[in-house]
Order: sequence, then structure tokens, then C-alpha cells
Amino acid sequence: MNNEWPLWEVFIRGQHGLSHRHVGSLHAPDAETAIRNARDVYTRRNEGVSIWVVEARHIAATAPGDKGPLFEPSESKVYRHPTFYDIPEEVGHM
Amino acid sequence: MYAQMIKTAKSGVKSREEMSEEERAFQDKIDNDIKIEPRDWMPDDYRATLIRQIGQHAHSEVVGQLPEGNWITRAPTLERKAILLAKVQDEAGHGLYLYSAAETLGESRDELIRLLHEGRMKYSSIFNYPTLNWADIGAVGWLVDGAAIVNQVALQRTSYGPYARAMVRICKEESFHARQGYDAITKMAFGTPEQKRMAQDALNRMWFPCLMMFGPSDAESVHGEQSMAWKIKVKSNDELRQQYVDQTIPQIEYLGLDLPDPDIKWNEETGHYDFTMPDWKEFFDVIKGNGPCNRDRLRDRVKAWEDGAWVRDGLMAHAQKRAARKVAAE
Repeated sequence: MNNEWPLWEVFIRGQHGLSHRHVGSLHAPDAETAIRNARDVYTRRNEGVSIWVVEARHIAATAPGDKGPLFEPSESKVYRHPTFYDIPEEVGHM
Repeated sequence: MYAQMIKTAKSGVKSREEMSEEERAFQDKIDNDIKIEPRDWMPDDYRATLIRQIGQHAHSEVVGQLPEGNWITRAPTLERKAILLAKVQDEAGHGLYLYSAAETLGESRDELIRLLHEGRMKYSSIFNYPTLNWADIGAVGWLVDGAAIVNQVALQRTSYGPYARAMVRICKEESFHARQGYDAITKMAFGTPEQKRMAQDALNRMWFPCLMMFGPSDAESVHGEQSMAWKIKVKSNDELRQQYVDQTIPQIEYLGLDLPDPDIKWNEETGHYDFTMPDWKEFFDVIKGNGPCNRDRLRDRVKAWEDGAWVRDGLMAHAQKRAARKVAAE
């Protein structure tokens, strides 16, 4: 009988970090245990001040093959970048 | 190092002409050091080999806790006890990173553990040797983790993304393991005559089993070629073993201990130490199950799994009950 604990993905934000980064996964029966285990496994050396855990089955992600067609439109829109525009120096920093 | 008894490919390495388009695109990624990620297309043999190698690497971490855990209650000082506890705890973490990486390839944790318990997956041969006294704990950290580091540093450049990233994380933590071991052995080597004798004895017993950790000589390594082409293996067994010998001899000499192999000699021409290869008959015998501790190790692992069943099942039942109550309340 398969009674395997569900799989959770773990995200940690470091002391000096601005966002949570994916650090790995673990098995746990519920969210509380997942967080406690994540603390034990992924923050033994002060790596984080905040932990997010998400059951792996709730994560929707792009497929590797989508990379080209999904993201290609942004490659041809150079006018989205500040360097596209020439601002005269006399007006000061903009 | 963890590829013991793994057959990488059913036939030899394919030439580009023999490859399908998918296989060629896959090989191009590897040749250009682009990481392969979990949902990328990959040859079945690549997936199967990695599941076994990463899985056996994971098993090695967890079984490796046993010879060291053995001495936690008998450490000579409180500081040494705290250090050993931290190291053993790290090994559990390392096992976890590796099990997680193996699971991304589609094999469940329970299945990997079942195969270990049935003797169908292996772990590093070194853990089938006993730790007889405290000097062995120092020697294990210094020589066994030292060997693992040589292998794991190279594997940071392995082709499979999750495995490579696990290696980076493990390498950061592993160097404390080697240093604490060397520190403990140093105390004994410069201590009383009895302590020095124990340190020498530990070195003498561990040396050849540690050389065996790198696996058979390249000439005997049947499936090495495909593993190298797929960068599942980054450096050859002999290359890594030579690196290990070269870095360890000065460490032995500093301690004022005798070299464990009388034929170790600096070779001016090659720029490396010449040394005697271990007895490969012993290696294959230990892998087959006839080492000093194989039966104990497996018995302890199976017992831990079976004794823990009530905890796993209980927590799962509790979580399911709470989830059901929550749904009912909404």
C-alpha cells in the first residue's frame, strides 16, 4: 500500500535576499512538518530568514520546449529598454 | 564512485551518424555544457543510469551515517560530540538533496529505498568497513570525506542540472567534514605514543579501502566511455584516484605517520606519486556482500525503516484527518 508522504518544493529567502529561491524538495505529511523539516535541512548554516513550501503537484510550470516560442516576442522589442532613447545631457539625469 | 554495478548503455557509444535527431540535439547540449533539466527529452539509458548513480550516491550518504553515528555517545569531549552530531546530521541532508534529485527523474523515494533494502541497489563500498575506535572517526572524516570531496568537486560539472546543483551544495558543507577529521587525527598523531599508534593503525586500515572508493581501474571500467560522453562521469576513476593520492601524501607526512604503502614514491617524470593499487578481488567481494559490515548495515537500515513505519503512517493519517475536517467545515 503506497502511503508515501507528498512531495513539497522548498523556497528560501536569505537575510540579504529580496526574493525566495528554490533550494530543493522534501517529503512531509503536512505544511507544518514540511516547514520544520525545511528549516532543519536547508537552513543549517543560517541560509534563510523566510521559508515557503508548496506541494509539488500545485506548481504549474512552462515546458522546456516552450522556451523559444513562449519567450521570443520579447526579443524583438528593443524599445522596452531605456538605452534605446537618446536624452540630451543638458536636461540632467533621467 | 557510486556507479558500482551500473551498466550505462546496452551497446557502445553511438557516433553522430547513428544518432537520431533528438539524440544529436541532446548530445549537443551536453557538449556545450548546457544543463539537462528534469522535463527535457533524454535517452532512456541516460535516465536509468542517473537514477541508479544518484540513488546509490544518496544511499551512501544515509548508510554512511551508521559507522559514525556509532561513536556519538563515546566522543572524548563535548565539543567533539557536537561536531560529530553536526556532521552526521549533514549526511542526512546530503542524502535528502540526492534523493530529491533522483526523484526528478521519475523514481519515487519509496522505490529507491525498497531496492536498497532488497540489495538491488548498492552504496559506496567503504561503508562496509567498521569504525573500531575514536581514531577511526578522525580517519573517516579526513580520508573518506576527503575522497568524496575529490569526486564531488568534479561532479559539480556533471550534465544533469539537479545533480550538479546538489553537488555544489554538498561541496560547501563537505569541507568541514574533512577538516574536523584531520583536526581530530592531528591531536592524536601529536599526542601520547598510544594515541599516535591508534592514528597510524586507522590510516593503515583505511588507506586501501579509500582508494577503492574511486572504483576499478579505467581499463576495467566497462561502461565508463558512455558515462563520460554524457558527462555523467566528468573525470575518470584513475584520474580522481591519482588526485586523491597526490593531495593526501603531504597530509600524512605532516602528521609524522608512516606511509600506509611502502611503494608510494614521488615520480619526478610524471609529476605524481606512484602507488600500489588496492586488491580488486577484495573490492568486488565487498560489493557482493562479503565485507565486514554489509549485513549489519542493511539490517540497521531495514530496522530503521520498519521501526519508523508507525510514525510515517500515523502522521499521514493525522494530516488526512485534519484535511477532511477542514473540507467538511467549509
